[in-house]
Amino acid sequence: MIYRESGQFVTTYGADRRIFKLWQQRWALYTLLGFAFAVVPFIGNDYWFSAILIPFLVLSLAGLGLNLLTGYAGQISLGSAAFMAVGAFAAYNFQLRIEGMPLLLSFVLGGFTAAMVGVVFGLPSLRIKGFYLLVSTLAAQFFVTWVLTQFGWFSNYNSSGVITAPPLVIAGYDFSSPAGRYLLTLGVVTVLAFLTRNIVRSELGRHWMAVRDMDTAAAVIGIPILKTKLLAFAISSFLLGIAGALWAFTYLGTVEPHGFDLSRSFQILFIIIIGGMGSILGNFLGAAFIVLLPILLSNLSANFLAGVVDPGQLENLQKIIFGALIIFFLIKEPSGLARLWQLLRERARIWPQRF
Amino acid sequence: MLSIIKKPSALIGAIALGLGFLGGVAQAANEQYFPLQSYRVGPYAAGGTGFFGGFIDYLQYVNLKEGGVNGVKFTWSECETEYVVEKGVECYERLKKGLNGAPAAATNPLSVGIAYATLDRSAADKLPLITINHGRTDSTDGSVFPYVFPLQLNPYSEVSAIINYIGDKSGGLDKLKGKKIVTLFHGSPYGKETNPILELLAKKYGFQLTLIEVPHPGNEQQSQWLNIRRIKPDWVILRGWGVMNPVALKTAQKTGFPADHIIGNIWSNSEEDAAPAGAAAKGFISITTHPSGTNFPVLQDIDKTVIKAGKGNLQDLKRLGTVYYNLGVVNGILNVEAVRVAQARFGKRPLTGEEVRWGFENIKLDDAKLRQLGAYGLVQPLKLSCSDHEGGGAVRFQQWDGKQWKVISDWVQADRKLLRPIIEESSHKYAKEKGITPRDCSKES
Repeated sequence: MIYRESGQFVTTYGADRRIFKLWQQRWALYTLLGFAFAVVPFIGNDYWFSAILIPFLVLSLAGLGLNLLTGYAGQISLGSAAFMAVGAFAAYNFQLRIEGMPLLLSFVLGGFTAAMVGVVFGLPSLRIKGFYLLVSTLAAQFFVTWVLTQFGWFSNYNSSGVITAPPLVIAGYDFSSPAGRYLLTLGVVTVLAFLTRNIVRSELGRHWMAVRDMDTAAAVIGIPILKTKLLAFAISSFLLGIAGALWAFTYLGTVEPHGFDLSRSFQILFIIIIGGMGSILGNFLGAAFIVLLPILLSNLSANFLAGVVDPGQLENLQKIIFGALIIFFLIKEPSGLARLWQLLRERARIWPQRF
Repeated sequence: MLSIIKKPSALIGAIALGLGFLGGVAQAANEQYFPLQSYRVGPYAAGGTGFFGGFIDYLQYVNLKEGGVNGVKFTWSECETEYVVEKGVECYERLKKGLNGAPAAATNPLSVGIAYATLDRSAADKLPLITINHGRTDSTDGSVFPYVFPLQLNPYSEVSAIINYIGDKSGGLDKLKGKKIVTLFHGSPYGKETNPILELLAKKYGFQLTLIEVPHPGNEQQSQWLNIRRIKPDWVILRGWGVMNPVALKTAQKTGFPADHIIGNIWSNSEEDAAPAGAAAKGFISITTHPSGTNFPVLQDIDKTVIKAGKGNLQDLKRLGTVYYNLGVVNGILNVEAVRVAQARFGKRPLTGEEVRWGFENIKLDDAKLRQLGAYGLVQPLKLSCSDHEGGGAVRFQQWDGKQWKVISDWVQADRKLLRPIIEESSHKYAKEKGITPRDCSKES
C-alpha cells in the first residue's frame, strides 16, 4: 500500500468531468509540468535541450498523432512522416509568404494543411482495411516527398531544396536559444497533449474506439463511419503536421524533404507499438525508449569501451543490445510500456500483498 | 514483469554515470580537438570509413611527424552517426564542447543532411562547419554564412567545370554551339540542384541540353537510356548517387552509348561507383578534386610514419589511396592548414572555433606551399577569403581503365565569375528570410 486511491468521491458534475480524477494523478502531473517548465530550463545544458529533450518531445507529439489514428481509431498508417513534411513545408510557406504572420499561427495553419492532405489520403480507408490501407498510406509517403522535391515553389526555389526555420520570435520574445526552443516545443506539446486527452474521452473518441473494435457493429448502432474515420485522419495529421513544423523549426533548423522519409514513419510506428497503442502516456514512454536509449547506450560505450573495441563493432554491439531490449519488452508486455506502467501502479497500490 | 526494475538504484546509477560524463571538464591540455561525426556502419559505411580513416591518419601523421602544429597536438574522438540526421545532431551537441579541455576546431560531418541540421548551430556556437566538395551552394558566400565552408568545390562550380572541359575537348567553348548534352540526374534535391546552372550555360554557349531524371534509387534506367539513344548526344553528364552510377554505366553499354563520353560528377567518381559495372565502366570519365592513388609524397609519408608503425586507422590497408581515403587526407590537410594559419595570428596555443574560422578564411595554398606539404597535384591551389568560402573551384578529370582511375587532365577551372551573382542572389534571399545582416567583408582583416 504505497498509495491509496480509494475514498475520493465525486460530488459535483464538474469534478466528474475532470481529465484526471485522482488527486495523485493531478499532483504528479503538476509536479512534472512544473519541473519541466520552471526547473529544467535552468538546470539543462545545450546538449540536453538540443540533442535529447527537443527530439523526444517532437517525436512524442508525432506518436500522439499516429496513436489517435492507429491506436484509437484502428486505421493503420505508414504516411506519418509525409504528413509531418506537409506540416513543416506549409508552416514555412505561410511564414514566408504572409507578412507579419505570427509563428504559432503558422504552426496551426501548417497543421490544418496536413489535416487536409491527411483527409485525402484517408479516403481509401472507407473501403479498405489493415494491410491494404497501409499500402495506400505508403503512397502518401512517396507522393508528398516527390511533390516537395519536384516543385521548387515549396522550398522558395532554394537551390538545395531545403527549408530553413524563420526567426523564432513570439510576441517580441526570442525563442531561438536552446532553452527557448525547448520551452516553445514543450508548450506546444503540452497544450496538444491535453487537447488530445480530451478528444479521446469525448463522443468522438468513443466513436473511434467503436470503429476500431468493429466498424460494422459501430455502423449498426448509428456511428457515422465516414465522418469518424476522416476525422481520425484529419486530427491525426493535424498533430503530425505540427510535429513536423516543430521538427523543422525548433529541432533541426534546416531540413530537406528527404528528412521525412519512410524510416521516419517506421520510427513513429515503433514508438506507438513500444509505448502502447491507445494510450496517451505511451507515446511519451515510447519516444523516450526510441530516442533516449540509443543515446544512453552510445554514451555508455563511448565512455567505457572506446579504444578497447573497434568503433564499427561497438556500434553494431549497441544495435544488438537495443534490438534485444525491444524484443525483451515486447515479450514481457506486448501491450507496450504504458501497460507496464499501469501494472506497476496496480502493484504499488496493493503492495506488500501480491493480489 | 517487475524483475527488470528490481534494482532501480543500479539502473539509475548506470544512467547517471553514462550521462554524467558528458559535462566532465578536465585540465586544459595543450591540444586541439576535432569532433568526428563519423559513420562506420550503415549503408554509407564505405565512404565513411575511407574518409574518416584518411582524416584521422593525417592528424596522426602531423602528430607523429611534427609533434602537432607548433607543439599543439591534435586529439579527436568519434561519434557514430550512421549518416542519420538526428544522430549527427546528437553527436554534434555531445562533442562541440571539446575533449578534456582541448577546444574543438571544426566539424566535418561529410553528410548533407547533418550539415544542414547543424548549419544554424555552428553559427550560434561559433564553430566552423566544413562541407568539403558538397553542401549548400550559397554558403560559398561567407558574408552571409560566416561559419560554413564548402571547401574546394560547390555544386555550381562542378557543372561549370564539366562544361568547360567538354568545351576544351571540342576545341574551344565557341565550338559548343549546336552540341547535344544530356544530363542524367538523381531525382532528389541534390540531383536537381545544378539544373538551373546547366540551363544558363546552355543558353550562354548555345548547346542543346536535355535533362533526364532517374527516380531514386535508380536501379532501373532502361527507358532513360533508350531516350538518350534516340537523342544521340555528344556527351552525357552523370549526376548520380549510389547504385544509380553502376546501373547507368551498364545500361549505357546495353544501349550502345560509349562510356568514354559519359562524365560522372563528384558523387559518381569513386571506385565504388565504377567497379561494380565491370567492363561496362571501362573508359568512363569523371571529375575529381583529388586524384586517387598513393603517388604523392604526403601519402607515402603517411604510409611510412603512420601505417607501417601500426597506428593507421584503416582496417583494410588496400583502401589506402582510394578516392574516399584521399578525400579524408585532403580534408585533413585543409583543416590542419587552417589551424596553422590561425596560430600564426592568434598564438601557438589551442584555438577556439572562432579563431580557426579566421584561419580557414585566410588559407592560401599556392604551388610552393603544396609542394612543401607533399600534396602538389593532390590538392588544388586554394585561396579563401571572408566572402569566398569555396576557394578553388577546379577539378581534374580521371578515366577508369577497368581497374583504377587514371588522371587525364590538369586542373580545369569553373567559371566562378559567372556563378557568383547567382550564389549571392540565393544567399541574400536566405539572409532576408532569416533576418541576418551580412558581414561587411571589406572590414575584415
